[in-house]
Amino acid sequence: MYIIVVGAGKVGWNLARELLEKDHEVTMIESDRRRYLTVEQELEHNVSYGDASELWVLERAGIQRADMVIAVTGDDEDNILICQVAKEKYAVDQIIARVNNPRNKPHFDLLGVKPSVSATDLILRLLEHEVPEYGLVHLLDLQEEQLEIIEMLLGKDCGVTGRRVGDLAMPDGSLLISVLRDGKGFVPGPDTVLETGDEVLAVLDPGKEDELKAIFGSGSGSGNGAG
Amino acid sequence: MLHEGHEVSCLDEDPESHARLEVGLDKAWEDLGGRFTVGAGLETDALVAAGIEQADAFIASTDGDNTNIVISQIAQRRYEVPTVIARILDPLRAEWYQRQGLHTICPTRVAIDMLEEAVRDGSERVH
Repeated sequence: MYIIVVGAGKVGWNLARELLEKDHEVTMIESDRRRYLTVEQELEHNVSYGDASELWVLERAGIQRADMVIAVTGDDEDNILICQVAKEKYAVDQIIARVNNPRNKPHFDLLGVKPSVSATDLILRLLEHEVPEYGLVHLLDLQEEQLEIIEMLLGKDCGVTGRRVGDLAMPDGSLLISVLRDGKGFVPGPDTVLETGDEVLAVLDPGKEDELKAIFGSGSGSGNGAG
Repeated sequence: MLHEGHEVSCLDEDPESHARLEVGLDKAWEDLGGRFTVGAGLETDALVAAGIEQADAFIASTDGDNTNIVISQIAQRRYEVPTVIARILDPLRAEWYQRQGLHTICPTRVAIDMLEEAVRDGSERVH
């Protein structure tokens, strides 16, 4: 793949390095002359100097043939516009934008810049993931596809341990997609028997969380343990 | 525009800019019916405080092209302001966003046209 990475900060530089190691063709664009010279010592012709919010700089980097544009500058407006132009003017298939200030996230969505990645959000997700009391962890929103993926940790008192997956009254519009047990993951079948400590991933239509919660009785609280 | 009887609300990050508004006015900006809000254009709270929800026209003319392009699209899409104008210095992008349905004003383009005109006038006078 040909990937353009905009912004040679810590995120951009390391990203470019990893992408190059994976044998992708990469051009990184950096607008600060001093930073550019530093990075250029390592990445050589894979880094280009210029302000990527200017169209000719993007064109010089070959945006017309890029498969992916990743904007990870420290400026949200820049990231939004670079991705917007990549997608709408140059018809780049895939764009990824970094959100520096989570409050700007709605602007990214409004202007059609998706997906966008916010470090603050990722840390929050991780926090939720690492703190099992949270019960039901929202892993991914597939907004376009109108789907959500959630994770549930099956506690001792939850209503489904010891039961066959096939016997569960799963709500319409939901599906168990994997079970993590003792560090290994597998796709459950109807005969899979759920155990305490299983981490279960489910994909569901938005708004089905509560129904699923009722069946799995997730969360450390015992009050909502139905099923 | 205030003198023409329009209600004008300015949003600026710098409180000092308020003083600049009053240069050459015989009354205070507010006494003439003007409004002034301190805040960043990307902050929706600030936009709402400045009255974007009631606005008939919205002009994005900060000193940053990128900020202007983003905010004017927000004004257009989220707040559905009927008339939105963006100041874009970069002629290439001004042209492209104009084609995307954003009303853009490019001071660089205007200056180039005026300079060209001035050069032509000058050379005609010589000949």
